[in-house]
Amino acid sequence: MEWVIEAEDVYYEYEGGGLALDGVTLRVAKGEILAIMGENGAGKTTLVKHFNGLLKPQRGRVVVLGMDTRHTPVSVLARHVGIVFQNPDFQLFAETVEDEIKFALRNFGFPEDVIEKRAKWALKIFGLEKYRERSPYALSIGERKRLSIAAVLSYDPDIVILDEPTSGQDFLQKERLAELLYLMKQQGKTVIIVTHDVEFAVRRSDRIVVMKAGKILGEGPPKKVLSDVRLIKEARLKPPQIIETAHSLTSKGVIVSKDIYPATPYELIRALGLGEDI
Amino acid sequence: MPIVELRNLYFSYEGSAKPALKNINLVVDRGEFIVLTGPSGCGKSTLCRVLNGLIPHFYRGRLSGQALVAGLDVKETPTYILARHVGMVFQNPENQLFLSTVERELAFGLENLGLPEEDIEQRVKQALDYFGLADLKDRPPYLLSGGQQQKVAIAAVMIMEPELLILDEPTANLDPVSAEEILELLEKLRKEKNISVLLVEHRLELVLRYATRLLIMREGEIIADGPPERVILTEHANIVGIPPVVEVYKILSGTKYALKDIPLTPSDLTNEIEAVVKRGVGH
Repeated sequence: MEWVIEAEDVYYEYEGGGLALDGVTLRVAKGEILAIMGENGAGKTTLVKHFNGLLKPQRGRVVVLGMDTRHTPVSVLARHVGIVFQNPDFQLFAETVEDEIKFALRNFGFPEDVIEKRAKWALKIFGLEKYRERSPYALSIGERKRLSIAAVLSYDPDIVILDEPTSGQDFLQKERLAELLYLMKQQGKTVIIVTHDVEFAVRRSDRIVVMKAGKILGEGPPKKVLSDVRLIKEARLKPPQIIETAHSLTSKGVIVSKDIYPATPYELIRALGLGEDI
Repeated sequence: MPIVELRNLYFSYEGSAKPALKNINLVVDRGEFIVLTGPSGCGKSTLCRVLNGLIPHFYRGRLSGQALVAGLDVKETPTYILARHVGMVFQNPENQLFLSTVERELAFGLENLGLPEEDIEQRVKQALDYFGLADLKDRPPYLLSGGQQQKVAIAAVMIMEPELLILDEPTANLDPVSAEEILELLEKLRKEKNISVLLVEHRLELVLRYATRLLIMREGEIIADGPPERVILTEHANIVGIPPVVEVYKILSGTKYALKDIPLTPSDLTNEIEAVVKRGVGH
């Protein structure tokens, strides 16, 4: 396994505010889609800000692509680790949608023809071509979110971190986003999403890490983690609909599932023994 | 009298040839819980802006047809009058809360109405109790959690006693348990205060159980309108994403394991499946 991020026993305390990270150890593999879940204030965003050097561990260490973040300038890390925050308004500032995308490309010194090509690609995949000349602030919040994701993907970082990428996105955009994450994975990119969207995480991620009060409460394959009723209750999460159904059918003795519940409609139907006839 | 009456309503933003709303006909009664969904850019937010008067008073454009809210013609009624009847809550509560304490935040709207101080004090106290915010009354809103902030935003709007509460993806940034608490709160308000709720939301799996009516918009038009159990089975629902429990119903329909009623929650689906299993195979 090739680890692209290795966080060891990381502590972080905000000035005047409580402990945000309380000894977090986590390794992220090249090419995985990792979902970080947990209630508001669990420390998820603080943790991912350590992955591009925006925050440095006060104890412990974070190594990204072999670079210790305490000794690597953020400008170097930024080329490899793209991060899109929950509120897109914190990172949009250009006069037009197109310039917003070109800004980072120029900053990283790409040649002009590459900039044109990349910007065109990024606008297209997110359905933003028609807004090229508009101010980012004329877009809806869902569109601004997609613009901030497009701007980061355009410079092709090795690791992409998306904080709540599905919020405000409609069904088709979520599907498109999922497809894009999968494509990135195929190219050997690593994707980390911070999300409350359990239905998205269970279907679209390779692994889920659950956080609470600055600690990692549990981690593993999505279905396994979200089948752990006690864990998700403690983390103030809700199970996906099908897992919740399977859990109550199991407790009523209608079906027998042990550790891992079915998570999709077809899996549930097969677990019920109804599959052969459909 | 219905709280909302829209007839043959069209709207185009200034400088845009394409209408943002096309032939909207919508009557909303007291006590309805309406979930409004549709692909982004379909006109949901534009519709909300008509209902609170931002269109045509703030956003310029061409508005035709009839728009009555609480019996008042939106075109002729200033927004501060409409605000007494229609409350709005947005996705990011931090954009809506700006005062130094929760208590001040709740008093603000009432002070603007020029109510006597004793009345304001009493209504703020009632609201703090009703919304479970009494312990937080001296805290600055920006230091609260997202769920608490959203609760304060709803309380600050509800203290004005509107008949219609419009919420534009109010749970998009909340963790699942906080989101459910907000939705339960809306259901409680609807039942106890008999207000109408209009909730804009993409994640139908979270909200369908509360809806008395589901509206789907596409390209400025309302393309489906009715009870959620009926609308979710129409082909229009395919563009907005069907909750997994409804998918199970659809897969099994037409087979010998067909479920009797459409489930909107995991517990509905559990009961439906239990009934099928008890009934045994071959019916």
